[in-house]
Amino acid sequence: MWPLYLPLVIPALAGIAARPLAARLEPRHASWLLTIAAVALAACSMAALALLAAYAAAQAPFLASAGGYSAQVIRHGDPIPVAVGAAAALALTGGAVAVAVMFRNRARALAESYRRAAGLRPEDGIVVVPGPGIEAYALPGMPGRIVVSGRLLDCLDDRRRAALIAHEQAHLASRHHLFAAATRLAAAANPLLIPVLRAVDYTLERWADEHAAAVTSDRKLVARTIGQVALLAGTARRRPAGLALGIVRPGTSRVSLAWAGPVPRRVAALLTAPPRRQMLLLTVCALIVLSAVVAALLAAGDLHALIELAQGAH
Amino acid sequence: MGGEDPGQTEGRPASVERRAAGALEAEIRAILHEADRPLTPGEVRERLTQRHPGGPPSSGEAPADGPRGELSYSTVVTIVSRLHAKGLLARQRAGRGFTYTPVDDASLAASRMSQVLGSECDHDAVLSRFVSGLSSRDARLLRELLAGDTDPAGDGPGPAGELG
Repeated sequence: MWPLYLPLVIPALAGIAARPLAARLEPRHASWLLTIAAVALAACSMAALALLAAYAAAQAPFLASAGGYSAQVIRHGDPIPVAVGAAAALALTGGAVAVAVMFRNRARALAESYRRAAGLRPEDGIVVVPGPGIEAYALPGMPGRIVVSGRLLDCLDDRRRAALIAHEQAHLASRHHLFAAATRLAAAANPLLIPVLRAVDYTLERWADEHAAAVTSDRKLVARTIGQVALLAGTARRRPAGLALGIVRPGTSRVSLAWAGPVPRRVAALLTAPPRRQMLLLTVCALIVLSAVVAALLAAGDLHALIELAQGAH
Repeated sequence: MGGEDPGQTEGRPASVERRAAGALEAEIRAILHEADRPLTPGEVRERLTQRHPGGPPSSGEAPADGPRGELSYSTVVTIVSRLHAKGLLARQRAGRGFTYTPVDDASLAASRMSQVLGSECDHDAVLSRFVSGLSSRDARLLRELLAGDTDPAGDGPGPAGELG
């Protein structure tokens, strides 16, 4: 029965490993690995839940007579209690609804973003918005737009402006919004993957930071720009606490990077040596994800074989 | 057929006043668009009276509270402040007061959009922000990191990192 449970255990492992991996791996590799892993693991865990529910349902006598197989054989060869099957069916339904809602929201937001981006006329590649806010973001579209508040631009010198714009251009050119959307769908299907979603948000920022560092060929410039903008923006805009699921902040007063938010970690990463490629670690992670896929396929094969056996006995 | 426009109902002071204020807002925006530099409310008032030597542009009574037929300075200040609050004008501090410039349509669309996207969903997934929020301890840590960075030798990982 292990192939049925492995796809349910590995997402939990992924949730634990996501943040350390995001810190170690080269940001572009990390983004790809974690995004593909999130989608694959979400699909596998949904499949495993479906199989658990199917095993339990297959014991029902009326299904057996309709399908022309022996419910006795299924019951004999199948150690999965009906309660577990029912719980799996419930979780599967919840996940499917969550994915549908998330998909609709993402599609709407992206459509809105594309529509608005098409209406913007940038000057020198950026759209400057008025108002007192400290605001800079990339707006996906065809083509995407970089939007910066006038007040923020006034605060930055030319080199820091170049760093900021290079960062936002990397988001648009590499279509980071698609990575973000894919991991959100995966986390909607399986909430154990929420830490992976947070890790991908972080590695996408790091990817853009490293791009800006390469364009300006000055890592410290990018670090200082991020620091300046973050401190200007102040503590007004905080992430909702509910999103930091699974992260318990210790009550110590000493500041340590281990529990820091994404901005200090990005700055710290830029102030140290550029990240190295870690092909071995990458391969090991890919193999673990692959094992979940193989396990789900094996479990599906097992169920198929059992039904055939039961049909033969009928 | 010409005289029966249903919009021309008499005896509606509130709607007349609103229309007059709207016309004045439009006029002030037009003046700022034509101007080649930011204007103070006083300059806006000057140009308004140049446009209409006989009095204020529309219907006279509601917005005019100065000497007969003239817009008062405070009326103009009220209107430009209202336009600024709506996000239709940008303002810069100049001495004790402000000067005003029009906001172009693209910027308007952009600022409205960030409000729309912000209210509808967690827009972090759509808008890639340059920096996310900063908790107070993050801010402290950030200051420490950047302070250490100004010292060129000070950003090593610590004594253990320097053995090789």
